[in-house]
Amino acid sequence: MSGRSIPVVGPPGLVRTPPYVRTQLAGGLTVVAVPRHDLPLVDLQLIVPAGAVRNLRATAGLASMTAEMLDEGTKVRTAIELSEAIDLLGADLDIRVTWDATLAGMHVLSPRLEEALRLLAEMLLEPTFPEEELERKREERLNALRQDRDEPRAVAARTLARAVFGDHPYGVPIHGLEDSVRRLQRDAIEADYRMHFSGSRAFLVVAGDIDVDALFRLADELFGGWSRPSQDIATPPLPEARRRRIVLVDRPGAPQSEVRFGHFGPARNTELYFPLIVANTVLGGSFKSRLNMRLREEKGYTYGASSAFGFRKYAGAFSGGTAVFTDVTDDTIRITLEELQKIAEQGATVEEVERARQYLAYGFARNLEMTSDLVSALSDVVLYELPDDYLDRYSGNVLSVGVDDVRAAARACFDPEHVAIAVVGDRARIEGPLEKLGMPLEVWEVE
Amino acid sequence: MREKPVIRFERFVLDNGLRVIAAHDPAAPVVAVNLWYNVGSRNEREGRTGFAHLFEHMMFQGSQHVPENAHFALIEKVGGSLNGSTWLDRTNYFETLPSHHLELGLWLESDRLGWLLPAMTQEKLDNQRDVVKNERRWRVDNQPYGDWDEQIQEMMYPPDHPYHHSVIGSMADLDAATLEDVEAFFRTYYTPNNAVLTVAGDFDPAALPALVDRYFGEIPPGPPIPPLPGRTQLDPLLGEEIRRVVEQDVALPRVYTAYRIPPYGDSAFHAAAVAAHMLGEGKGSLLYRRLIRTGLAQDVVAYAFPIVVGAAILVTWTTAMPGVDVNVLETALLDAIGELRTASDADVTRAVRMLEASRLRDLQRLDERADTLSMFTMLFDEPDRINTEIERIRAVTTKDIRSFAERYFGENNRGVLQYLPRPS
Repeated sequence: MSGRSIPVVGPPGLVRTPPYVRTQLAGGLTVVAVPRHDLPLVDLQLIVPAGAVRNLRATAGLASMTAEMLDEGTKVRTAIELSEAIDLLGADLDIRVTWDATLAGMHVLSPRLEEALRLLAEMLLEPTFPEEELERKREERLNALRQDRDEPRAVAARTLARAVFGDHPYGVPIHGLEDSVRRLQRDAIEADYRMHFSGSRAFLVVAGDIDVDALFRLADELFGGWSRPSQDIATPPLPEARRRRIVLVDRPGAPQSEVRFGHFGPARNTELYFPLIVANTVLGGSFKSRLNMRLREEKGYTYGASSAFGFRKYAGAFSGGTAVFTDVTDDTIRITLEELQKIAEQGATVEEVERARQYLAYGFARNLEMTSDLVSALSDVVLYELPDDYLDRYSGNVLSVGVDDVRAAARACFDPEHVAIAVVGDRARIEGPLEKLGMPLEVWEVE
Repeated sequence: MREKPVIRFERFVLDNGLRVIAAHDPAAPVVAVNLWYNVGSRNEREGRTGFAHLFEHMMFQGSQHVPENAHFALIEKVGGSLNGSTWLDRTNYFETLPSHHLELGLWLESDRLGWLLPAMTQEKLDNQRDVVKNERRWRVDNQPYGDWDEQIQEMMYPPDHPYHHSVIGSMADLDAATLEDVEAFFRTYYTPNNAVLTVAGDFDPAALPALVDRYFGEIPPGPPIPPLPGRTQLDPLLGEEIRRVVEQDVALPRVYTAYRIPPYGDSAFHAAAVAAHMLGEGKGSLLYRRLIRTGLAQDVVAYAFPIVVGAAILVTWTTAMPGVDVNVLETALLDAIGELRTASDADVTRAVRMLEASRLRDLQRLDERADTLSMFTMLFDEPDRINTEIERIRAVTTKDIRSFAERYFGENNRGVLQYLPRPS
């Protein structure tokens, strides 16, 4: 095999994060700009650090409804006029809510940036929350929630969140529950907007074919006066972690079981961030991860298995899952717990850590390919108050993680004793085998 | 405003027939390797539906010099990403790598093209058969409306047409696949003369031809590729309305429509792409305005399949709001599609601009750039379409849309598929 052996490799190239410029406007808005001129495109995102974590159970879905109503009418345009104006620019508008922020993103050809930004400012600063559009959105959302009941993946995700976080905001879907969505009032939405949306806390991140000075001038004209006192978000403390258990939701006749597992995780600013992403890459964060190798490649139970940390501002989540054919549901859980236990106790091998480090460090350049990638990476930098040189230092930080760091972080943050397991599948066929796994089994209805 | 994207590339052909596109761009230390094989579910014979896709899985199980499971491991280890996919017309394999690992990609891709069979075993086949059957359960059998593409393809293409069956195939056919099938399929379709290789990103352009030749040059060419099974010529119009009603465990009715349209590559296809955007993209789109704003529907989608054999299809779907009668929804959907016959300039401009922006955005990604170059080379022997496609889209006029709608969006050319909740 002399002519066909694995190639010898030269030295790695340098990852060059494009330089960016940051400024703060008089009203408080921070603007971050990344010029890049290879294609006539611009991506931008306005970030208001008010996320769904402010939802209470009774008002679940409020944060995302406030956000989604921003493009449903302004002082100068109706919902239809707005959507026609956006579409005519060929601009994609994407407004969404994460646990930590409301994000309004646009993607547009560079000659139409100014018009796009004017529209964005109009929606963020002068929304009117028309009653009839709210009723339409409410119906849409109720319907989507009903549809979710038929989607095993959605049911599984929702069941797991509830099993782990209970009545804490993280335990309730971002888009709310049918009850809470039915009760959302226009006045509450407007009050929510007034309380949380202010330029003094917000960020605008723009990347692509831009003239930085012109952008700053335009941003100042549009957002310079956008300032009002806004409230800190009070986040309720996490509930006490429950002992290990299985929660089963019946889906009669299902050919597959959706299996999810999870527990609490650390916040985004944890010092263990880098060792943890390396540890998770070994457990379930890559194709070659232990979970995927065992469940897919060794056993052929599934199309794929994975896990991830959901790092958030105040506290996070760890979760993972797979879909397997019905008869191996119990064995899948057995294997999953075995792997979770093993990594929590022993960490990972030198070879695994090496592979995971390279996967993350050298793969990082791929995460900054598009202008939208740059915008989303820099949005995280500003939102989570990461160091200014975070992107440049990322690969170095990953490569310096050692086996001991991984073991310590895994011990601290994987918690097999308090893992919740959610299963959506054919109860008649799987309940018996699941009972034999030796942990409490609860049967839930779809919420 | 710049007229078009400028993606520069070179092309050359190895002695064994492998076509190579090299698109140099050193902006980041990353390189994309992309291979298209001119084989997809359309090439499958009766009784072996799903085989092209199952075969794709076998390509990741190691080859003579690459140990089992090493393919993913080697690429992940250096921070690369990889995958493959199978569709009606093609199977593609691709990896994005730190540029100093370009040779790793070339080595892996050439080894499985030249030396796959010595490493093939019954055990690997059985294991991947299980993985693919799970993929079918996950994507199709355990998903509401999950079999829509199977239904639509059966309705819109006659039983002897290669698009009559879906990519994922039937469980029975997957069960029937043997090692002999793997070998025959490989010898028939996985040959250098049936493939296009694109390398895009950061590499040494002067050294690339010799490098590619070093890894792929000694692989012998295969025999001529057999013609597609069955009938590939189709009438331009369906000639009738074909209807189907499926009762399933779904909460809400959904209506699909499909229209037979000219194949991808025909100059009329660009009008279809614009029409699909006019119908379904954005809150200003026709279907959004007529079905969602009015409270009849939950979602709307419109898509023109870029497929090349005989005829393509344009598919729309919409899911009812609770309490909305499925036939009321269907009528509203058909009326909205009918409005394309009197399309406005504003609607056409809107759709063209959105298409423009989304195409340009795709080209930012090296892997998309490489895949698009492979596609245009494989389908039309015209890689420069990556730069000119946008002009063709910009050239679509309101008049084009109106006459396209007049010709293709009529009752005598459509399939209508209704999903209804199963009565309890």
